This record gives sequence, C-alpha cells and structure tokens, in this order.
Amino acid sequence: MTVDIEPSLTAGRPFWHRDATLRGAVTFLVGTLVLAACGSATAGNSTAPSATPTPVCTGTVAPPNYTNGLTAVTGQAKTLSGAGSTFVAPMMSVWAAAYATDGGVQVAYQSVGSGAGVSQIQANTVNFGDSDAFMTDSDIAKAKGPIIQIPLVQAPVTVVYNLPGVPSGLKFDGSTLGKIFSGGITSWNDPAIAALNPGMNLPSLPIAVVHRSDSSGTTSIFTDFLTQTSPAWVTALGGSKTSVGKTVAWPVGIGGKGNEGVSAAVGQTQGGIAYLELDYAISQKLTYGDVKNKAGAFIQPCEQTAANATVGITTYPSDLRVDIVNQSTNPQAYPITGLTWALIYQNQTNAANAAALVNFFSWVLTKGQALTGSVYYTPLGPTLQALCIGQLKKITLNGSPIAS
Amino acid sequence: MPPPAGVSGSIPATRALPLPLKRGRPRVADRLFGSGVTVAGTLVLLVIGAMIIFLVLEGFPAMQHYGFFSFVTASRWAPSEAFPNVSHPNPYGILQFIYGTMLTSIIGMLIAVPLAVGAALVITDVAPQRVKGPLSALVDLLAAVPSVVYGFWGIFALIPAIKPVVDFLTTTLGTVPVIGVAFQGPFFGVSYFTAGLVLAIMVLPIIAAVCREVFRSTPRNEKEAALALGATRWEMLRIAVLPRARSGIVGAALLGLGRALGETIAVTMVIGNAVLHINPSIFSQGATMSSVIANEFTEATEPFHLSALFVVGFWLLIVALIVNILARLIVRRGVAL
Amino acid sequence: MTQLALGTPGLRKRQSLRRRQGKSAVMVGLLIAAVVVAIGVLAWVLIYVAIQGASALNLNFITQNPPGNPAAAGGGFYNGIIGSLIIVGIASAIAVPLGIGAAIYLVEYGRGRLSATIRFFNDVLIGIPTIVTGAFIYAIWVTRFGFSGFAGSLALSIVMLPLVTRTTEEMLRLVPNELREGSLALGATRSQTVMRVCLPTALPGIITGVMLAVARAMGETAPLLLTALGNDLFTQYNPSQRMSTLSLQIFDNAVTGFQEGQARAWAGALTLIAIVLIFTFGARFFGRRVRTANA
Repeated sequence: MTVDIEPSLTAGRPFWHRDATLRGAVTFLVGTLVLAACGSATAGNSTAPSATPTPVCTGTVAPPNYTNGLTAVTGQAKTLSGAGSTFVAPMMSVWAAAYATDGGVQVAYQSVGSGAGVSQIQANTVNFGDSDAFMTDSDIAKAKGPIIQIPLVQAPVTVVYNLPGVPSGLKFDGSTLGKIFSGGITSWNDPAIAALNPGMNLPSLPIAVVHRSDSSGTTSIFTDFLTQTSPAWVTALGGSKTSVGKTVAWPVGIGGKGNEGVSAAVGQTQGGIAYLELDYAISQKLTYGDVKNKAGAFIQPCEQTAANATVGITTYPSDLRVDIVNQSTNPQAYPITGLTWALIYQNQTNAANAAALVNFFSWVLTKGQALTGSVYYTPLGPTLQALCIGQLKKITLNGSPIAS
Repeated sequence: MPPPAGVSGSIPATRALPLPLKRGRPRVADRLFGSGVTVAGTLVLLVIGAMIIFLVLEGFPAMQHYGFFSFVTASRWAPSEAFPNVSHPNPYGILQFIYGTMLTSIIGMLIAVPLAVGAALVITDVAPQRVKGPLSALVDLLAAVPSVVYGFWGIFALIPAIKPVVDFLTTTLGTVPVIGVAFQGPFFGVSYFTAGLVLAIMVLPIIAAVCREVFRSTPRNEKEAALALGATRWEMLRIAVLPRARSGIVGAALLGLGRALGETIAVTMVIGNAVLHINPSIFSQGATMSSVIANEFTEATEPFHLSALFVVGFWLLIVALIVNILARLIVRRGVAL
Repeated sequence: MTQLALGTPGLRKRQSLRRRQGKSAVMVGLLIAAVVVAIGVLAWVLIYVAIQGASALNLNFITQNPPGNPAAAGGGFYNGIIGSLIIVGIASAIAVPLGIGAAIYLVEYGRGRLSATIRFFNDVLIGIPTIVTGAFIYAIWVTRFGFSGFAGSLALSIVMLPLVTRTTEEMLRLVPNELREGSLALGATRSQTVMRVCLPTALPGIITGVMLAVARAMGETAPLLLTALGNDLFTQYNPSQRMSTLSLQIFDNAVTGFQEGQARAWAGALTLIAIVLIFTFGARFFGRRVRTANA
C-alpha cells in the first residue's frame, strides 16, 4: 500500500524513500544481501571446509551375514603362514586374532608389501600370499603352478596430508593429485588446490610427497587412479605402461616402507601428503581429504563410500581379476577403492595345509566379513562374495577337490 | 743310545715323543690339527674371494643384458621401466647411489675427523691422568651403540633439533648464486645431510681410537723437549705430536671412511629413499648403495632387478675393499677395533 | 732510555708469550670442545633412548610377542630376543672355533707371506659392509634353502670371525714362549701344547674378544634383512625357518607410524643397548684383569 510521504521530507533524498512498498522491497533486498555477505565472509574466515561431510559416511554399516561357507575339512594344520600386502594387514590381524579362537589355527601374516607377497608365493615359502594388485599371467608363470586369486575385502586408499590448522575434508581431484605427486605442484597454496577449496586458508608450506619405497599394491591402486584421471601424471611417468604398477619411478618425494612407514613419514613431516589405506589414517589420527569421483562429486572415504564403488557391477571376470578403481558412476562412490586378493596355489600337495587354507578362507569370506567394520574395511558385496566362494572350491589336493 | 747320565727311568731315547705305544697316533692327530687350523686360517681369504665371485655371478645377467658401462652412464634407477626384451636404455643406472654414498660419507668425514683428532689429542695429552681412562672408554662406547638405534634416535631426536638450523641455511646459503643449488630447500628432515651427520657420529669412535694409538706412540722425550724449550701446550702438540701422526691420521680417516661407506641401517632410516636420480641439494632426499640394497632386495621382482642390485653390491664391495686395504696398509696393528 | 731499550725486547717477548699462551688456550679449548661434543652426543643418544624406552619397558616386554594389530599397546619383543639369542648363539658356535683356529694358525704355525696375507685380509674383512655379507649369503644359501635363522647365523659368523681371530691372535702372542718351550720339552706335540697350555693361558683374553664380537653381532640388522628376513608375530625356535631378532624388531617398529609400535621399538632399543653395553663393559673388565695378570 502506498503511503504519501511529505514531499518536504523526501526532497533531495533518493526516490525509494518516497514509496513505502518500494522502500520495504529495497530494505528486504539490501538486508538479504548484507546477511548473505556477512554469512559468506564468516565462512571464508573460518577454517572449516565449506561443504558438509558426505552424509552417507555417518552411522555404521550393518555387518553382512554370509552363510554360504564351505564344509569344514578335517585334519587341518595348526599354523598357517602368509605374507604380503600392508594394505590388508590391520584386517588380517583382526581375522587372525579371531580365528585363533574360532578355528583353533594360528595364522602368522607378515606385512611386507604386495610385491614381496607375490614373490614369496611364487617361491612357495608361505602358505598364502596377499596382494592388492592381482597377479598377471607372467607373474603366475613364474610360480610353481596355477594360482587362485580370491578377493577378500574392499578398502579405500585415502589422501592423507599434514597441514597444521587444516582439518580433514580438503578436496582433491585426480588431475591435481597427479600434478602434486609428479612434482608439478610444489606448494600448498598453489592456485590449483585453492580452486578446489574456495574459502580454505591454505598455508604456504612446500609439499612433501611421501610414497612407497617398496613394491606395493596400494601404490598400484593409487597410480591406477592417477593414470585414469591425470594426463600430467601419465606424461611425467613416461606413458601409461610405466605410470601404473606396484612400483613406479617417483619423480619426487620421500620413500617409506609399507603403509606403516608412509604413515610415519607423513605424520612427521609438515606439509606432507601421502596415500594410505583408511585404517592407518584413522588409527594414527591423520587428516585425509575428499576425492572427486567419476560422477563429479567430492567424496569422503569410508566404509559406505567404498562399498558404493562396486554397487552396480554385476559381472566379474571368471578368475576374479577385476579392476574396480574409479569404475563406478554411483554419485556416492569413493573412486580410489581397491580389492585385495589372497594368492593360493590351486594344486595343493600337503593335506593338512590345504585343509587349513580352505577352512580359514571360507571363514574369512563368511564370518570374517562381519568383522570388517572394526577396522573400517568394507565387506564384499553378495555377488562378488559368492564368486569368491566358488573360487575357493577350485582348490584341489593332489588332483581331487577337497572343498564342498 | 743309552739315556743321559743322571736320568733314571725309561725315557724314550732319541725323540721327544711320548710313549712308544702311541707313537703313530699323536703324529697323525697333530698333523690333522695343523691342517685344521690352516684351513681355518685361509678361510678369511676364501670368504673374501667367494664374495667377489658370487656377487659377480649374480650380477652377471644384468651386466650382460645392459652392458657393463651402462650402469654408470644411465641416469635413472627405475625398475618399473625394465622389460625383458629391452636392453637400452638401462633403467638401472647406479650413479645416484654412488653419489649418495660419497656425499654422505664425505659429510660424515668432514665433521668426524676434526672432532676425532681433537678428542684423541685430549685423551692422550691434555686430560689429567685420572680422566684419561674413563674418557677413552666413553668415546669407545659410541662404537658400541647399534646402528638401528642411531637411526631411530636420528629420526626422533636429531631431525627436530637440526631443522631450525637447516631451515636457516636453506634461506641463506641456498640463495647464493652458484653454490646455492647444493643448499636449497625445502628441508623435510630426511636428507643426505642428516645421514651424513649420523655417519659422523658413527665413525668418530673408530677414527679417535686409531688416532689415540698413533698419538700415544709419539716419543715422550720429543714432547718433553718441546715443553722444555718453552712451547705452550698447543705448540707442543703442533710440533711434536701432529707431524709424526700425519700418515696415521690419514689411515684412521680411511678406516672411518670404510665404515661410513658400508653403513646401511642408520642411513636408510634418515636419508629419505629417493632412488630415481641425483638430487643436487644436500638437504634433499637421496639414497646410497647400501640403502637401496636393503630396501629393494627382498622384493626385486622386475626383470633383472635383483641382478642389478647385485651389481650395486659388487661395486660397494670393491670400493670398500680398496678403501680398507689402503687404510690397513697405512695403519698397522695394535689397535683393538 | 736504557731501561726502555732494555725493556722493549722483554716487553715484546712477554706480549708474544701472552699471545702464544692465549692461542694455546683457545686451541686447547677447541680440542676440549671436541671431546665434549663427542661425549655430549653419546649422552644425548643414551639418555634419549633411556627416557623413551623406560616408560615402555616392563616384564611383559621381555615375555610377550608383539600384538597382531600394530596399533594395540602392550606386548613385547620376546620372539626377537629369543631369535637374537639363537641366531647369535649359532653364529658364535661357528665363528669362535674357526676364529680361534685361524688365530692358532697365525701364531703357532704360520710363517712367511701366506700368514702375513691372511692377517692383512682378516683386518680388511672387519671393514666389509655387512649388507654385502648378507647379499653374499643370500646368493650362496638363501637361493637354495630359503630364508632362515641359520642363514642369518652364517652371515653373522662372517661378521664375527675376523674379530675373534684378531683378539685371539693378540692374546696368544702374549703367552710367554717359555711355557711353549717347556711344554714341547716335556714331550707334548704342538697341538697338545696349543690346546693344553696356550689356550688356557690366553682364555680370559679370548673370552674378551668373543664378548666384543657377540656385542657387535647382537647389534647387526642389515645382513639379517636379507637372510633371516624376520618373523614379526610368532616365536620361532627352529633356525631352519625365518626368525626375528631384536634388531630387526626395532627396525620394523621404528619406522611405523603407530605410536604403540614406536614405544615398543624404544623399549627394544633400550634392551639392545643394555645387552650390548653389558657385553662391551664385561669384555673390558675381563681384558683389564688379563692385562694385570700377565703384566
């Protein structure tokens, strides 16, 4: 409703003072603008990331209840020896501890890296190996017989950083990570990182890249992601044949032994950045970031988002040598998620060892999958789990299958 | 022949061997014993010889595939770029390991030799009599600490302590035009320099022990003569003790160098393990011949990787042998090391 | 005037003397600083390890194995201690008789260039990098028989052998010749003389040398990385299998990021230093008694 204001009062004043409706509207608009400006200014002054954490990461995952385990084989050995991936080591230690009481067998797992795991199973110096990069045909050719590879569990590879004052949740995408890890970006306040994290107060510290010095499946998963998403990485490493693998020719950075050594180095070096399996980051209270997935969203690594990485995959190769890194278009999938494979000789010759192996991995694939939450790993989905049980059935003792 | 006069009893006449009944056995046993110890004695030579032979044998496949000299002309160590049918370029260039070994050893020697010579002089000539023994024992104790403990201490105690100093050096020396390249930051704690510092501590007791013996062997009357003629203590040391000891100090330094070259664990823990190529700054990460063997040996699965590591080991052995032989030619016996 | 003329050279001499004394004081001060730095660093290392290790060192540490989950606190390096004892024990059983035998050869039997060469290269062997020794044993043993505690013992015996030979040789030389001559005159053979007369006389000194060699072997890590390989979680008494040692356990745990693992490593470092110091000091103590006995 318009109110006439005395012309004398409004003479010389802006036109919006004369009309109350207009005045009200303008007041409203100005007020909103001021509030918005205040709001964004305070957001810029805070050190909290401007987006809220991925909502799917809250809460716990209901542990799966797989009952399709194999019938226990009698006459099993009392000890089993394994070696390999440090990526799976925390999970393996939980399994070994639980299985010592549940199955009465002591599983001694040496956390030495996927490369050493592969070479030790090739030399048959352990009962089983473990690697986060499946064995290629040429790897298997160097072994003493055909090898069954069984995925055991899924887990995310996180991007960990050591920046005082910066909390978890810093955003990265594959292209930026590729430049960082190949030495193209050397300072934390580089515009490329700042562009992904508007409003973040990034210090001007130099970036200390930390990578693996040993042969590593975690490296294989991470470089797989970089090769898919960062042309700069591929060029720096001399082509896609040499930019991915358990070892790569890192142009820069500090080398650490195992996920354990990398976590030590990045925790002790200000400005450090590294790639680590999730449990190592959480248990050592390191800050880690969100990574952009194929659907374009920045996703926090956790059990749920790692599980989403295989949602939608319905067919797997028959030997279960599948690459799940950055494959899913699920908007809530964490892209740098990997599997870890147990490596077992198909033709066993020692009855006790064969029985112990089959019983242990049958337990791992059923009851063991319910224990993954305690160390932030992700259980296998039902499709994959069933195929894994199928692989386990292929193990033979002196020619005849032993499992049923 | 009758027994000598004055001796009674049935002593065997001509030979100093015991009872005739056992005449054959002791000689055989004695000869066996003699052969046994001879074998034990020559074992040392056999071991050194076998080391050289087996390292060459194991390294031969890589040397044959890539060519003998390509290991020092290639510029990168990149096992991931090795393929079985590709022999050029050699992805196993070892120059940066030789560089790393030399650089860390030289830094260690530059620090350790003056300190060791000084400590030895104090122990032999400056310290009061009662203090000499304990002081000498304490310096020797530095040699007893295991390498892994030095590495561990290096990471947690040494690096935080030197970080402010090195950061200062990178901002000052690192900006000087020509030589600044060698002192550039950023410094992340693990580096050639840190490894050199740890090596200095580890070789100091060896150099000091040898120098101590060398200084101790200075004729006493020369020292007294210098003092009698009015020399101050420092002048006495400079005139009477040090000139004689020059070759001894060189020998001691070479012994220390030999130890520094071969040191593995402490170096691996503080050098950063950057194996790709030479990094020019002493404050950047690197690797040495021994650290790369320790790190990559048990999982060298790429083509010719293990063989290339044996090549590195072979060269390390040769360099260590040369340095130690030179050192022992100069420093004779008498030092309990 | 005369006094001034007389006094000037004296003045100059006094000034020059003061300058020289000043310079001497400065230089000797620097020398003393060198010793202070050396001892200071030693104190720093020992005190730091003691402080870090003491809080984690308890009875459990010596009697338990590490927990399977490296982030769990508690546990200890029992398997490492056992492994060290077994591996060093076997290495000593190999190196000590061979070393004493070699020393006997050098002192009693050797003559001429061969023994001089052996003596020379024995000293050279002391300085060989131990990682190369490990690679050598890998090449001749591990490739055929796999990783094992025994392979680790072989590598350590090569490390210990020259030390034992050297000190035994020095001790045997200290045995008075009269004793040898007397024994031979009484009809003993050379081997009997050595075994029954020389060795027992030199025994305390030999024990000194053996203890020093054991101390050195306990602290070695590098050759064991390539031979015994380590066995983190379980106690292994069988030397034909992979074994862990205290030094390997410390190394593995020192480079992890888990605080609990690092705490165990500090306790292990303190234990290892204590063992090495006990052997080193014990050897010195023995050695002093030998010297005073034979003086």
